[in-house]
Amino acid sequence: MIFPGEHFIVMLLALPLSAAILNLLLPRRPASAVLLLAAVVLPPTAAGLGAAVLSGGTISYQMGDWAAPLGIRLHADGLSALMLGLASVIGCAISFYATSYFGDESAPADRRRTDMFQPVWLIGWTGLNGLFLSGDIFNLYVCLEILTLTSICLIAVAGTHASVRAALRYLPVAIGGSLFYLLGVALLYGAGGVLDLELLADRASHAPPFLAAFAFMVTGLLIKAALFPVHYWLPPAHANAPAPVSALLSGLVVTAAFYILLRISSGLFVHLETLRWAELLGVLGSISVLWGGLQALRQDRLKMVVAYSTVSQVGYGFLLFPLALAGGAAAEYAWNGAVYFAMAHAVAKAAAFLAVGALMHQMGHDRLHEMEGAAWRSPFILMSFAMAALSLMGLPPSAGFVAKWMMLKAALLSGQWGYAMVIVGGGVLAMAYLFRVLEIAMRTPPEDAPPLHVPRGLAVPGMVLSVAAVLLGIFSDLPLRLLQVGPVIAQWGRIAP
Amino acid sequence: MTTAALYLSTGLVVFVLGTFGLFWHSNLVRRALSLNFMAAGVFLFLVALGRRSPAPFPDPIPHALVLTGIVVTVSATALLLVLVCRYHETAESESAPPPPLREGKNDANDEGPEDNAT
Repeated sequence: MIFPGEHFIVMLLALPLSAAILNLLLPRRPASAVLLLAAVVLPPTAAGLGAAVLSGGTISYQMGDWAAPLGIRLHADGLSALMLGLASVIGCAISFYATSYFGDESAPADRRRTDMFQPVWLIGWTGLNGLFLSGDIFNLYVCLEILTLTSICLIAVAGTHASVRAALRYLPVAIGGSLFYLLGVALLYGAGGVLDLELLADRASHAPPFLAAFAFMVTGLLIKAALFPVHYWLPPAHANAPAPVSALLSGLVVTAAFYILLRISSGLFVHLETLRWAELLGVLGSISVLWGGLQALRQDRLKMVVAYSTVSQVGYGFLLFPLALAGGAAAEYAWNGAVYFAMAHAVAKAAAFLAVGALMHQMGHDRLHEMEGAAWRSPFILMSFAMAALSLMGLPPSAGFVAKWMMLKAALLSGQWGYAMVIVGGGVLAMAYLFRVLEIAMRTPPEDAPPLHVPRGLAVPGMVLSVAAVLLGIFSDLPLRLLQVGPVIAQWGRIAP
Repeated sequence: MTTAALYLSTGLVVFVLGTFGLFWHSNLVRRALSLNFMAAGVFLFLVALGRRSPAPFPDPIPHALVLTGIVVTVSATALLLVLVCRYHETAESESAPPPPLREGKNDANDEGPEDNAT
């Protein structure tokens, strides 16, 4: 091949990083152009990596040609390529949206602050890409921290009291979660003597340090992914951030934490055949699904509804563990379903937050009971929200439907009826809280309410993501084939039924 | 080996203390300190791991990890403190409702002995 896959790996890291530096150095207008250029170039680059992985299998890249135990190995298999594609599409939409959102209307003093959105977001994007490409547990930690610190900055970027407060709620939990993960890394290094995920997998055993490391890492990641008992920080933080940042947090940051959990559990801990932890994660996930859904029903701010929906949807991913450990064909369905679910949720939730943000931008608030007739006042935005909702509810032909279908199949194949009921019940709850929003929006608007003119820059990116969420459901074959590339499936398949 | 074990377990104890502080306190500066406790615990643990190697020299990799970890923790602490300052500035200028996250009266007695923080 003339253009080997390794180059895509390097580009996925170098592009956003150099764009971030350029963005800091350049004056305002060219700086925005740099952001948009990077946002346009990254999706094709990720697609290129996907094509390379699909045709040539897993790609490994030794940075500086240092071999694995000493050097840092970058690594792209089907799962990484899919996640990178996901991040680049959502990232592209967020970049365009944000340039409109933090546009020219704000006062010069505010503008200087919101200008900081661009470089910080590009650095966060670098961290995100690095995270999906990391092949060792410490590198995962570093990228996770880059992502965490930048998302805290982004929550606070508007500098208002509410946003700083949201950032302050998020920071201690987020950094604390990372430190739990870091202690797990330390334990693993102590027990295995290496940091590389593949080398560690060969040395994994039932020794107490491995079990303790698992406990710490999973605790840290549960906090960051906001699973049930440690979910309390998510709704206020996600709801009070500026709209593009909410989309980023709910769409990508939560998914990144879930991705690390997938990576370490399939690379390392799948070898620990103690099933109890899987059941525990499954039960916590189920409670999350139901609790998040119930809370979403009770909210009267639209952004809080969408944020609680994230708590509910995150729970689904964790059903993977009990479903997959049943082994056999169920494991494969569960695995495909859970990853597809994470993708479907990321796209649809980002779309939903962008739509809500556009509405808020025009109406000045997101109080549900004052949103009567929003659908008539701004049909395009509501259409975009409704299409995202379609996927969040899991109705055909959306991506959410395909994912839930596969997970349901796994639950039925392995005879775990309880989880099947949770999957269906969560969908019913999602319908309840999303139709509630749509019903209010469809009412006849008050007489004096003028139509809302949403700028195109705020309307189109959300719509693109909503359409993507539906298209992911119709054309699910290609992503699923890409997902099969790499050792992960084989590791789950090895579990005896 | 027993010395290393002592350091390892001390690291764990410090980490647990920090975790406890993080979830117990609502005072933001105390939370920042708790985060640093947690980090110090992990770092102590890592440094002690380096001592375990049989060679005459300690294992350098955990030390490199500690250096990276320190950079991250210092940045996080700085960010947290800046946000705390910003929080109080905006609270004054926007005359927002009294801060529920932290019950201290003003910046001067952040680390003072007020006990309503817990």
